[in-house]
Parts: sequence; C-alpha cells; structure tokens
Amino acid sequence: MDLGSISLVAFFASLMVASTPILLAALGEMITERAGVLNLGVEGMMIIGAICGFAVAVESGSAVMGFIGAAVGGALLSMLFALLTQFLYATQVPSGLALTLVGVGLASFIGQPYVGESPPAVAKMAIPVLEHIPFFGPAMFQHDAMVYISILLTIAIWAFLKFTRGGLILRAVGENHDAAHALGYKVRLVRVMAIGFGGALAGLGGAYISLIRVPQWTDGITAGIGWIALAIVVFASWKPGRVLFGAYLFGGLTALQLNLQAANVPLLLVLPYLVMLSGVIFLAIAVAAGSWKKTLDVKPTLKTFAQFIGTGLVLLLIGVLTNYASGLDLLLLSSAPFVATIVVLVVISARSKGASNGPAMLGKIFQAH
Amino acid sequence: MFKKILATTALAVGLAGAAFADDKTKVGFVYVGPINDGGWTQGHDHGRLELEKHFGDKVETVFVENVPEGPDAERVMTQMALTGTDIIFTTSFGFMDPTLNVAAKFPDVKFEHATGYKSAENVATYSARFYEGRAIQGTIAGRMTKSNIIGYIGSVPIPEVVRGINSAFIHAKKVNPDVEFKVIWIYEWMNPAKEADAAKALLEQGADVILQHTDSTAPLAAAKEAGAIGFGQASDMYDFAPAPRVSSIIDNWAPYYIERTQAVMDGTWETVNTWDGISTGMVGIGEITDAVPADVKAEALALKDAIVAGTYHPFTGPLNKQDGTPFLAEGEVADDGTLAGMNFYVEGLTGEVPQ
Amino acid sequence: MISLVKRPQPSKTWVVATPILAVIVTMILGGLLFAAMGKDPFVAIRTIFWDPLFNPDFAAYSRPQLLVKAAPLILIAIGLSLGFKAGIWNIGAEGQYIIGAITGASVGLAFYPMEAWYIFPLMVIAGALGGFLWGLIPALCKTKFNAPEILVSLMLVYFAEQIMISVSLGALRNPEGNGFPGSRNLAQYASSANPELIAGTGAHWGVMAAFAAVVAAYVLLSKHMLGFQIRVTGESTRAAGFAGINANRLIIFCLGTSGALAGLAGLFEVTGPAGQITTSFNTGYGFTAIIVAFLGRLNPIGILLAGLLLALTFIGGELAQFMLSLPSASIQVFQGMLLMTLLAMDIFVNYKVVWRKKEAV
Repeated sequence: MDLGSISLVAFFASLMVASTPILLAALGEMITERAGVLNLGVEGMMIIGAICGFAVAVESGSAVMGFIGAAVGGALLSMLFALLTQFLYATQVPSGLALTLVGVGLASFIGQPYVGESPPAVAKMAIPVLEHIPFFGPAMFQHDAMVYISILLTIAIWAFLKFTRGGLILRAVGENHDAAHALGYKVRLVRVMAIGFGGALAGLGGAYISLIRVPQWTDGITAGIGWIALAIVVFASWKPGRVLFGAYLFGGLTALQLNLQAANVPLLLVLPYLVMLSGVIFLAIAVAAGSWKKTLDVKPTLKTFAQFIGTGLVLLLIGVLTNYASGLDLLLLSSAPFVATIVVLVVISARSKGASNGPAMLGKIFQAH
Repeated sequence: MFKKILATTALAVGLAGAAFADDKTKVGFVYVGPINDGGWTQGHDHGRLELEKHFGDKVETVFVENVPEGPDAERVMTQMALTGTDIIFTTSFGFMDPTLNVAAKFPDVKFEHATGYKSAENVATYSARFYEGRAIQGTIAGRMTKSNIIGYIGSVPIPEVVRGINSAFIHAKKVNPDVEFKVIWIYEWMNPAKEADAAKALLEQGADVILQHTDSTAPLAAAKEAGAIGFGQASDMYDFAPAPRVSSIIDNWAPYYIERTQAVMDGTWETVNTWDGISTGMVGIGEITDAVPADVKAEALALKDAIVAGTYHPFTGPLNKQDGTPFLAEGEVADDGTLAGMNFYVEGLTGEVPQ
Repeated sequence: MISLVKRPQPSKTWVVATPILAVIVTMILGGLLFAAMGKDPFVAIRTIFWDPLFNPDFAAYSRPQLLVKAAPLILIAIGLSLGFKAGIWNIGAEGQYIIGAITGASVGLAFYPMEAWYIFPLMVIAGALGGFLWGLIPALCKTKFNAPEILVSLMLVYFAEQIMISVSLGALRNPEGNGFPGSRNLAQYASSANPELIAGTGAHWGVMAAFAAVVAAYVLLSKHMLGFQIRVTGESTRAAGFAGINANRLIIFCLGTSGALAGLAGLFEVTGPAGQITTSFNTGYGFTAIIVAFLGRLNPIGILLAGLLLALTFIGGELAQFMLSLPSASIQVFQGMLLMTLLAMDIFVNYKVVWRKKEAV
C-alpha cells in the first residue's frame, strides 16, 4: 500500500485529459437538448468524429485539419438524425439509437485503411506565466490546445445562453416550441443547427480520443464515452458550469481508480474520507454562496452535509467489516464512476423537488401548422 | 447436385459431417475481435494470410470476426462445418466449450482451439509460451529502470496473464533486487482509452518502464510522452522504435497454421496439445533496439538463447509464492500443469490476483 | 407543393405496410452498399435473407437457430414495448439481463452438485426476480426522486457488467476451471440445464417463454385495463392524469415487468445456449431488443416478427462474412439502416401526404 506515490499534480493533469472528450461531447449534447431535442446518438457521432479526425490528420499531416474534419464529420452524421426527427417527424429516442448503430458501423468501414497508422503529434501548449504557478501551473496550464478550447467553449456557451439573443431563442424553442413559433422564430432551423452543433462537438470529443488521448485508430475506440456524456448532461441539469464539473468528476473518478490500483490502495480505505471531504466542500460552498446572496437555507444545507458525513461513516464501517476484501473493492473501484453518476443524478433530481429542470419540450416533436 | 444430395444426407444422419469431395482444403477461422484490432486477432489473421500465401490455390480460407464467446460462436462453427470447411481454428479461450460441442457433432472436421485445456479426438489445442518472452522483457526492464518502478498493465486475469507478470517480475528482480512492480488490471483485452489512462497513472507514480498485456499502442504513446520505455505486444509495434518500444513479443501463428493445414492435406492430422515458445518461432522476440545498452542487450539475448536451447526454464526454483509458502525448490522447474492453471503471484509482488 | 396533413388516427394500412417497405428499401440501400464494396448485391442479399432459411446445405440447422437467437430478443423487447408505449424509457435491459442471469445461476450453483427437479424452477424465479429488482431501481429513482429512468437504467448496465466481471472472478468462479475466470457450465449440470425441448427445433424454455410473453402482452394490451392505461399515458400524460391513472404505479409496473422479462431472458441464455457466466457473458441482446421493439411497432405480433427478422440478419450476416468476406461492420450498418428507414417511413403512418397549391400553405 503506497498512497504517497500518487502525485496530486499529475493526477489532476491526467484528470483534465481524461475528461476533455466527455466535456466536449456533453457540451454539444447540452445545446441540442436545450433546443428541445434528445439525440441519443452521441456515441455514434463521437466515433465518426474519431475516425474522420484521424483520417484527415493522417492524410493532411495536420492535427488542426484533423479536428476540423472531425467536427464536420460529426455534424454531417447528425444531419441524418435531423432529417429523421425534424423533417420526417420520427421519434427521437430510437432515431438516436439508430444513429449510433450506423455511426459505429460506418466508422469501422472508413477506418479500415488507417489501422496501425500514427497521427501527427499534437504539441503541448503551456500558457506563459500561468504555467509557473506552483501546483496549478503543471496541473492546469501545460496541456494541449484542445483542453483550453474545451474550457473556453464551456464559458462561451454559458455566455451565449445567458446573454445573447441567440441563446434566448434557443432556450425559447426548447421551453415551448409553439410559443416560439408563434413569435416568428424558425423552430426547425434552430433545432437543426443545434443538432449540427452537438454533432460537431461530439466529433471533436471523439477526435480528442483518437488524436491525443490514445492516439491510434481501432474499432470501437470511444468505448461508451458518448453514453457517459449523455448522462453528464442530465447530471448537470443542462447548465454549462455543471457539465464541466460533471465531466471532471467522472474523469477524476476514472483516473482515481487507476491510480489507487497502481498504488495498491483499497478504495474503501480512502472513499469514506473523500465523501466526507466532499461534504465539507459542499458546506463551504453553500455558506459562501449563501452569505453572498444573503439567503442561506440552513436546514436543508445542514441536512445534505449530514447525509455526506453519514454516507462516509457507513462506507467506513463497510470497509472495516469486510476488511477491505479485494473482490468487493475491485467491484467498487471499477463501478465507482457509474454508481457515482447515478447517485448524483438522484440527488440532483431530488433537490429540484420533483420538477425536472430539463427543457420542457425535450424529445417532443414539433410540426409547424 | 451430387454435392447437395450428399449434404442433405449428411444432415439427415444427424449432422454426421460435411466433408465434400473438393480438391481445395478449406480452412476456417473464428475470431473474437475485429481483424484490424492491431493485436491478438490481427495476429491470427496475419497467420491466415500467410497460410494463403504459402499454399496459394490449394487452400481456401474463410473467417468470421467479432464473434461473441458463447452460443454465437457455436453457431458460426457449425455453419462453417456445414459448408465444407475441413479444419477450423477457434482463437479465443471462451470458444472452448462451443468448440468441443460442435466437434462432437462433426467427427470428420478437425478443430484447433487456441489457449484452452480441453481436447478431443478431433480437437487439438495450441498455445504459446509467452512467458518466455516476458522473461526477456523482465530482464531488460530490470536493467533499464532508474526509478526501480516498473508498471504493468494487466488485461483479464487468466493464468496466461498472471504467468506473464510472474515471469517478468522474477527476471527483473534477478538483475535488479530493488525493483518493484505496480500492476493495473483493466479487465479487457483492449480498450485504448483505458490503456492510455492506466499507463499514465503508472508513469505518474514513478514507473519508467511499462509492460503491457493489452493489445493497443496507447501505452507506448503514453510512455513516449513521458520519456519512459515499453514493449510491443502481440505485434512488433515497430513504429515506436527505437524508443519507447525497445523490443516486443510477437505472436507468430503462421508456421503452426501452415503445419496443421499441411497435416490435413496429407491425412496425417491428429489431435495434439501444442505449447510452443521462442524455439519454434511461435513467440517472436522483436529486435532489441539501440536504446538498450549493448551489455543489457547481450544479457537479454543470452537468456533468449538459453531458453531456445532448453538449458534454462523461466520458472526455475528456488521460488516462493506471494504468501511465502514454497513454490519451487532449488533447481526445480515448474511443470506445465501448474503453469497452465497459474493464478497466484510469486513472492515479492504486491497486490492480489483479482478474484 | 407537397404538404403533410396529420391523420386523426395512425393509418392501419401504413402501420403494417411500412415495416415491409422498410425491409425492401433497406435491401436496396444495402445492395447498393454491398455493390460499392465490390460484392454482388444479389448474392449478398440472398446470403443474408434467403440462405439461412432455405439453403439446402445448412438451412436445416440455421432455421432452428433463428429461434434460439430471436427468443431473448423477443422476450426483452416485449417487456420494453410496454414501457415505450407509455413513454417510459428503459434502455438498460442489458443490465437486467445480466443480473437475471447472475441471480438465476447463483441459485443453481448453490445446489451443485445435487440433482433435483425443483432446482430449475427456482432458478427461473430467481432470474426473473433479479431482473425485476434491477429494473425497480430506475423505477424507484424515477418515482421517488424524479431521476430520468433512461440514464439511470443505462448507468446500471455498466454497473451490472462490473458485477458480472466480479462474480466471474470471485463468487461464482468454477473451482475446477483451471484458473480461468467464469462459472461452472450450467448446461452440463442436469438440474440446471435448459436444453432443446424437441430435438432439432432449437426450442428451449426461453423460446417457449418468448411465445408466452407475446400472447400475454397481446391480451394485456387489448383486453386488460392496464393495457388501456399504458396506451392512454403514452398518448398524453395529462389525459392520463384526468383518467385517474396512477403514473407512479405504471412506471413501477413497466420497468419491473421489462426487468423481469430481461432477467428471464438472461437466465434461459445462461442455462442453455451460453452455459456459463463469464467476463463477457452479455452480447448486447438488451440493446438490440430496443430496435426489435420499434421495428415491431411496439406491437406483440410485430415484435415476434421483428425479432425473427433481426435474428435472420445476424445469422445471415455471419454467413455473408465467411461466404462473401463481408466485414462484420457492414451488418451493423445494415441493421442501423433498417431502423432508420422504418423511422423515416413512420411519417406515412401519422401523416397524409397531399398535393396542394402553393397559396394553400
């Protein structure tokens, strides 16, 4: 057992890399869903992006071209979904599933000549000055450009939704398409564009995997990350900042379980403390936000805090009782990201007190009369 | 028409067999992954292509890729047997029971199951002693590491993988008593993204040599970025030479496939239990590059020669199991039965074999 | 100018006609795809759709296999269709399938090596119960916390896969398995085996259960109050509220039932065709069943036919692979196109296409 061998700086740096594809895809899907469209084909668009990006990068020798190709590829595939759902009024859930099937199969086709090829390397781009800050420099500011772009995109999307007219129209279409239509907005056009944007970002996320994180092309390279991205959107209650948080949490748990394995530390030994620590952080944030907004709901805040601590204690007890049995620990380790996603989904949905804060028109078919 | 009647009759008598009078020998392959996985399945498919090249018009090969282990495999094999395939290679451990089931129905068709332990009159098994290659990797790794930490990416905890970890560890320890192994299991044979993350976690924790039992080049790419070294797995992965890839273990099934197909043509095929290593070429050791100092390279090659000559066995005592109980006495060599079912670590390794 | 007019009621003719049309259109598109790959499209289509049924060399074998492959698809899809009809999206049937197989297999293995007639029935109950409980998790998350069942059920698939790996390595590992992960072979243990009931037909208990499920679902939907409630809720949640339908109970019923059916499918698979729990026991039936449910128009009879059709493309696809060296990806694309074409044609079911003068728009 060697907990000390886990370097926090390196851990945080790899967390950012592991989270970037999820973040990109989830941001795209969030925009699509804010327009009232549920596209379950993220996995398919991601893998098409992964191969298009790879192929273009290899052929052109430029990773930048590769990423552009990936965005175009993802967007093109998403147009198939747009055609089905926006013009032929097909149900969105199965249409998205069909898109994934087609995407995964097509990617395998396109990819056949590219197996074993190496893409052009993507250079690290350290941010001047910032990179020298102790801890934060090496953890956050010595990455490739796509990591920064993904964060900038998060901010841009947040600003777009909050401050621009375009954002307002997008939200209006997602909240009530009949009203938006009555106001003269082109509901279908907005939705097609949102679907295309979602496809482009999913494509970028896929290309990040095949060009930077791995970098290699093989069949099924996205390995389910598209589905995770879908979950992150709901988990984040359709808010950009929370999408970032959710993606990093998921990436962090993935990186954590590998690090714990390498350091030979049972998860149950550290998990209780992590949960309790999260409780403390939650309390701190809630108090800070509350004193800033001058409204602090003391009771529910304390209740949530107590829930965190209680969960931590239960986990502690389980760890001691099972004596950190390796079988159980293996299960917990590998399923931690998924279980955590479920738990957060439940907590967030419960906190919104029954009313889903998703776009009201999500998944509903719109036909102009 | 005659063929058809023959086949229908064969079906009528209970799938008794469907060996058509055909001058071409038909060879079937059942793969668990896609033929372009860059690893295990591609290695077998390379063997198939070599087989075609060797025999030219005298053989016809067929294959099905991405076959899930279980009932689908059984159906694919049956369909192959029904369409006149003379010999079928099933190349994943999970095809074991399906292979035996189908073989029982087609006594005239020959079956060859890779990496399993059950055979029959018309089912041979074949496997490679990859642990011999691991011994060489362990030696190089032990000599090359400066941090004395070696990272190991384990795939699915079956005996072959455990054997590989043990063999690499024993030989690293032999040349460098301070060496420590960190093992991450990913429970898949190939998942490039997860392999990349695992390699990064190992590198971050101080490993400067990465060994992998997974099939993608992702760990090599991660090693390259960190200035560490690694080894090619299943295929040579020479794109990453001279560093980070300093050597490799190459699966080379072609000679075996050619030999067994020839036996079918000659009518001399009989069931065998083949477990070949470096000496027959089934396990290939990729070129050791100049990134490895000459004396280390010489030491590794000497070990290889000793294994080929049969004067040295990688599992030679004295060795203890992880819990300190004796495994092999001084000079004792592990028997194949023990090796085939190995699911314990040797002394000095930390962590547990997942169960 | 073409214009669409929404039909007051879905066209009965088109409901039946579109799947058939979709198959034909997909065959044409698929043929073009195969031709683009340099294969003879007619031979390819014949290999996929005709040979498994009628090829004199091997159809006697592949016809029964159709049932074996279709049974779990139908069983799961029937369960899913109930929820889908009511707008309840269980896309985690794969997880319920895995858990059903594990709980069922655990009961069987607990008795090993004792032989008794009641072991198999107990396993069936355990399998259904396991799937039911796994399906209940998203249901309760939905009813108690309003968490979206679509994602909770999906995340539970990954969790179930990890449990499957864990028990293959640990709790259910065959002690005589030569150090390899995986349980004992249940098909080779008489009391837990689920063999072919009539030799040469492929029909095992799972096939029987699938047929029974089709009949039961048909009766439920056409004759029973619950079926009516499902249909009403699917058409409009508000109307359902007015009709006094308890939405929560419906959610629990739909997710629980589809979970139980998926669990049963898993149990019949692990005791029969698959034989054992391994680290790679699941092969995607739970996801393919979603296609089957839609292809079958969420109608029990439709699902029966759709399950058989999908099974045909799987088996024919394998044939096409080794007889024509078509890559396995082409079959996947083919199945995706089939679903897409059908969805695209849905427009004819719900809308009337009419010609109008431009001014009229």
